[in-house]
Amino acid sequence: MFLYLLRRVIYTLPIMLGVAFLCFLLVHISPGDPLVSILPPDASIELQRQLMTLYGFDRSYFEQFVSWIWRALQGDLGTSIATGRPVADEVFRAVGNTLMLAGVATLIGFFFGSLFGFVAGYFRDSWVDRAASALSVLGVSVPHYWLGMVLVIIFSSWLMILPATGAGPGGSGAWVWDWAHVQYLILPAVTMSVIPMGIIARTVRALVADILAQEFVVGLKAKGMTDVGIFLHVVKNAAPTALAVMGLQLGYLLGGSILIETVFSWPGTGFLLNSAIFQRDLPLLQGTILVLAMFFVLLNLLVDVLQTTLDPRIQRS
Amino acid sequence: MTNTLPRKALLSSLLGAATLALAVASTSTFAQEKVLRIGMTAADIPRTLGQPDQGFEGNRFTGIPMYDALTHWDLSKYDEASVLLPGLATEWAVDASDTTKWVFKLREGVKFHDGSDFNADAVVWNVQKVLDQAAKHFDASQVGVTASRMPTLHSARAIDAYTVELTTSEPDAFLPLNLTNLFMASPAHWEAKLAAVPASVTDPAERSAQAWRAFAADASGTGPFKMSAFSPRERLEMVRNEAYWDPARTPKLDRVVMIPLPEANARTAALLSGQVDWIEAPSPDAMDQIRSRGFTIYSNPQPHVWPWQLSFAEGSPWLDKRVRHAANLCVNREELKQLLGGMMGIPKGTVTPDHPWWGNPSFDIRYDPDAAKALMTEAGFSASSPVKVKVQISASGSGQMQPLPMNEYVQESLRECFFDIEFDVLEWNTLFTNWRRGAKDPTANGAHAINVSFAAMDPFFAMVRFSSTGAFPPVSNNWGFFGNDEIDAIIADARTSFDDTERDAALARLHARIVDEAPFVWIAHDVGPRAMSPKVKNVVQPKSWFIDIAPMDIE
Repeated sequence: MFLYLLRRVIYTLPIMLGVAFLCFLLVHISPGDPLVSILPPDASIELQRQLMTLYGFDRSYFEQFVSWIWRALQGDLGTSIATGRPVADEVFRAVGNTLMLAGVATLIGFFFGSLFGFVAGYFRDSWVDRAASALSVLGVSVPHYWLGMVLVIIFSSWLMILPATGAGPGGSGAWVWDWAHVQYLILPAVTMSVIPMGIIARTVRALVADILAQEFVVGLKAKGMTDVGIFLHVVKNAAPTALAVMGLQLGYLLGGSILIETVFSWPGTGFLLNSAIFQRDLPLLQGTILVLAMFFVLLNLLVDVLQTTLDPRIQRS
Repeated sequence: MTNTLPRKALLSSLLGAATLALAVASTSTFAQEKVLRIGMTAADIPRTLGQPDQGFEGNRFTGIPMYDALTHWDLSKYDEASVLLPGLATEWAVDASDTTKWVFKLREGVKFHDGSDFNADAVVWNVQKVLDQAAKHFDASQVGVTASRMPTLHSARAIDAYTVELTTSEPDAFLPLNLTNLFMASPAHWEAKLAAVPASVTDPAERSAQAWRAFAADASGTGPFKMSAFSPRERLEMVRNEAYWDPARTPKLDRVVMIPLPEANARTAALLSGQVDWIEAPSPDAMDQIRSRGFTIYSNPQPHVWPWQLSFAEGSPWLDKRVRHAANLCVNREELKQLLGGMMGIPKGTVTPDHPWWGNPSFDIRYDPDAAKALMTEAGFSASSPVKVKVQISASGSGQMQPLPMNEYVQESLRECFFDIEFDVLEWNTLFTNWRRGAKDPTANGAHAINVSFAAMDPFFAMVRFSSTGAFPPVSNNWGFFGNDEIDAIIADARTSFDDTERDAALARLHARIVDEAPFVWIAHDVGPRAMSPKVKNVVQPKSWFIDIAPMDIE
């Protein structure tokens, strides 16, 4: 097991390096001036050259890449050109905010997705099934930024019962779990939850339908078990797969949603990326993409290791 | 009788309680904090360390409220062009024997928010922060947004405690105007931040960078508002500076909260839901809804020009003056204004006819399609043989208003006058970078015009960089290579006219020549629309990119 783990970690290193290289390359080959956020177009050539030197953009790409990677290995992702703040501070603060939003959205999605899925699967081919299935298809299909705007119009602009934007009355730095703050989370979390809700509902419906058709359910019925008892057996059998799907969805949501976070001005990784792209803030863009990519690489590593722990056959293959 | 007394007692008790309640209520009303909440278009709080980023929105929200410059724009009138006023300098004059030297007399008794004195040493220190690489507080990140706005400023020297000498690299009468962009940060406060940097940080540049970072999180200027709380990318809070030196600008508001809301619909929703009291640039299609809910829309033509800048490179169809004039005569700007919900000023040139630099040009920019067609026919074009023109535009961008619908409207307008317009749509930052490279650069992709809106606050930004042969790419923004000896001579005259009236007269001549030569198709002036709650009082929207929050009040 230890050797397998070591091998997997070693395999991950070139992947990480490749991700970092791609991330650096993609950001640098895009057209435009890396100092556009701090250098107006009317700046003199002399001033442009002076700042290119001061920021190190006059060095070769190779030199810049090596220097960036070396500092990143020491936890220093550089300094944002536009704000002068350390990129690592900006990114990890945003990751925390996205984690909170994605976590709540996944819980909402899992609860309602499972509910709709169980109900639809249990009452298959009835109107309840059709209604729940329609809701889940709607959840997967509806453009979530559009849904976000509609929710804002209804609950913020018309009814004025929920805030339209932001992460709390004093910003995310002063977040506490009380109503004054949680109300800021409701609309973005609900908007973000519709896709996982739809996916989980469809998965659970198929699972329940499949389990209900299995022989052990017929056996339980033949033994005279009540419907509630049978339902609990079905839940127990469907839960691992539903949880696995939920975990997968959480992984996707953790990447942040540029559209949802921008619509709600939620200061997460999506909002940060949007801002970095529009300001063409290369260190911030590189740092954010790198951290998110590394997160997925590590998540995959973790899943591999967990799967191997649970099923040693994977290790042997 | 026995029942009457308790009733009386009860009544008087109730009256007493009611009086007390009223008193408490009125006290709490009086004690209620006056807070103004603003939704900005910026995606982040503009930098707070003295030289803001995010273009002039930065100067508007973190420059002017928290800091002062040696000279100020007059933002107190909505019906006159914004002119220059004394700020932290009370008077200034150029040295008659050496016109590269200026002497500024400073205002006495002004204190920074940290309590330290503003004086000549502070001015020298603030010049050094962007111009002197040897200074320990030199900050490269502030250079770009500062040095380019005062391109000739070279150095500063204290003559006495309240007199400072500024030197320019060449005679430059525009310097006092440019100095509105150099905000005075507190040297003492920065030194305190430097002293707090851990001794383990030994690299002087890194120590300086950390001190500036700490300064940005807890800034100190001399402005009417003091920074009180800061959450990056989320909110900036300022409280009033009760010791502000100008009684006319001592704030009535207790606190101002600024929130970055880059998405137009999110800004509108925040206003309608009562989360903010003021939003910048509401979405044009939400104007009616905003008005119907009782909010006020403020707007005023500002020195913000939205044009097509034309190429004079070899082979360009715009080399023919008749074609340039025809295009200017063929845009129905009134109809375009309706398309934008009225949120547009109709240009007659780069500046408005009430501006000191207007100069009475002979070419009248108006909508006259018949005259335009006649000019085009004379130039050899017709409906069956239109002139082909390629224009580089962006799909969005800071200050670009609504670039796609506006450009498509102009394309349709010009079709009527025998123009066949093709667009080369670029990402905003790419277009912005190309602007500097010029019409002859491969990045122009054969375009004959470029659509980049610009600020026209001072003479260099408004006219010189687009008409001087010395500003040909890549030096500055004369993208189309427009200019000649006559115009260069007028520019030199303006730069060396140190009397304000003479300088303005030279600039008026320059503006008249530019309009007559038409190196632009002038399409729109932005009017800087902003929507505010009716609770916000004393709002003056001047003919400027800026607006003064200090005199505002809230009910």
